[in-house]
Amino acid sequence: MPTSTPAPSSSGPAADAPQDGARAPEAQEPGVPALEARSLSIGYDGHEVLRDLDLKVEAGTVTTMIGANGSGKSTLLKAFARLLSPTAGQVLLHGSPIRGQSGRQVARQLAVLPQKPLTPQATRVRDLVARGRHPHQSMLRPWTSADAAAVDDALAATGMGDLADRDAAELSGGQLQRAWIALVLAQQAPTVLLDEPTTFLDLTHQLEVLRIVRRINRERGTTVVMVLHDLTLAARFSDRLLVLGSGEHRGGIVADGAPWEVLTPDVLQTAFDLDASVIPDPHTGRPLVVPHEPV
Amino acid sequence: MNGLWQPRLLAVTTMTGALVAVLLVIGILAGSSGLSVGDVLHTLFIGGDAGQRFIVFELRLPRVAVGLLVGASLGVAGALTQSFSRNPLATPDILGVTSGAAAGAVAAIVIGGGTYAVGSGMLGVGLPAIAVIGGLVTAIVVYGLSWRSGVDSYRLILVGIGVTASLTGITQYLIVRAQLTQAAAAQQWLVGSLSGVSWISVWPVLVSLTVMLPLALTQTRALDLTQLGDDVSVGLGVAVQRHRLIVIVCAVVLTAVAVSASGPIEFVAFLAPQVARRLAATARPPLLASGLIGAAVVTGGDIVGRTLLPWSVPVGIVTAIVGAPYLIWLLTRRNSRERTTA
Repeated sequence: MPTSTPAPSSSGPAADAPQDGARAPEAQEPGVPALEARSLSIGYDGHEVLRDLDLKVEAGTVTTMIGANGSGKSTLLKAFARLLSPTAGQVLLHGSPIRGQSGRQVARQLAVLPQKPLTPQATRVRDLVARGRHPHQSMLRPWTSADAAAVDDALAATGMGDLADRDAAELSGGQLQRAWIALVLAQQAPTVLLDEPTTFLDLTHQLEVLRIVRRINRERGTTVVMVLHDLTLAARFSDRLLVLGSGEHRGGIVADGAPWEVLTPDVLQTAFDLDASVIPDPHTGRPLVVPHEPV
Repeated sequence: MNGLWQPRLLAVTTMTGALVAVLLVIGILAGSSGLSVGDVLHTLFIGGDAGQRFIVFELRLPRVAVGLLVGASLGVAGALTQSFSRNPLATPDILGVTSGAAAGAVAAIVIGGGTYAVGSGMLGVGLPAIAVIGGLVTAIVVYGLSWRSGVDSYRLILVGIGVTASLTGITQYLIVRAQLTQAAAAQQWLVGSLSGVSWISVWPVLVSLTVMLPLALTQTRALDLTQLGDDVSVGLGVAVQRHRLIVIVCAVVLTAVAVSASGPIEFVAFLAPQVARRLAATARPPLLASGLIGAAVVTGGDIVGRTLLPWSVPVGIVTAIVGAPYLIWLLTRRNSRERTTA
């Protein structure tokens, strides 16, 4: 737990990222986890949010992090996305330390949709989605037919084909979120991180987004790691749930496994301070969380 | 195709380029000289008699050239700072770069004993160098004071306003302490004026623009991506820290060298990029078009100042009269409806 030299939390180079094994990995080697955290600790302003965490995310799975507000699920996702520097430990992407690689190199393997992306003014949906191609382009290799194909494909996969020429600022909330998912898909990275992709959407549009996510996982084998608040939706769309603790359990993982193993009354009590029953969903057979009402 | 050269942006850039060419000729014509358009074009491209050559090349062209180069530098610098902070209010003027460069330059005029006069050696290299140092130091101070594990554009602007106020105080103090002739020279220079410039003022701005504009243009794609937020741009592989450093250095050098040549010409760095963005309907101010509009505004403002009005008015006052109402309009409009930018 005690860390040698806690790096000042800003974005400077990670103090202790080892430079060994910084080979350029070709994505999706069998058996190599898509993402791995090794003794990972992260803190803001002196206090630790995550402590000495070890975690592997298998390629081709959908993993959802759940937990109470402030439990550090978004923090963990940001550490995976290299948006936060760990105070100790490291993150490995397809077996290689993420810190030893160039931004572009990582971006070809890992796509990130943060919580509040800024929608630019006067930008067509197609042009917004095209920005997802940046890691594949360079001065010498500008726009190619492969880029155009990736953008068309991403627009089609998210049902945004008909809206491609609309101004992104004029889209509804659900359409806009699909446009952002399309940008992430256009990046064609084998691993995708989504930070609360359904927040601010009504149930229909939440389902719409999560069905797209499940489809890309099944059809393209994309590894998905996301943060969700709705436990029932998390159970319905995930292969694996990770429950981060709060209060006295803060900074660690309280439960980890398939939805039925994880969503138990005990875990809900520990992680969310919630009295609830868990019953099978009559349609999907997945766990359905029913909170109790105090009498 | 992916937004590098949209047709509308191309059209706006071409048209503003043509406007700048026209203003170049009008700028040489304007004033009492008895030259015709034909005379000017003939002298410029083929060669006129000695009298015409003197008027065109020694009297008028340096003034017009400094106006164009200063305007272009300020336009590009404003487009850079407004884009990287995602805030139209974040211009070199408001962030303190202009006043830092001005304080440096006034210190040089007053303390260094150099006179602000045509042909003065100070104007060649010394003044631009001191202005760049003043601008860079101010930029570092403002950026450092605004840093709280990241830079928020509103904090940057507030700190910039505070630092600008302090620097204006320093500048005023220097002028009060100076001898009368030097104080008058500094005061005249501080208004932002193109009167009395000669070829010696042209070269530093020309060199700075020739070096910094291509460097700024390498950041075009990164500027487009940072409009989506810092997290998205890191996710797409932008080296955000390096990108910011390049953008800030370009903006500071362009502003400071421009200020050293003409004095601070207010509102150009604010106005030109916003006009360019609205004309071209782009997500952020386009660099080239902003530079061309800046060139047109300064040259046009100088022509208006010295011909249309009954007495000669410095260009800095003309741009302030045009720019200030636009700033107020933009501020009230932002208050009423625009989203906040992180």
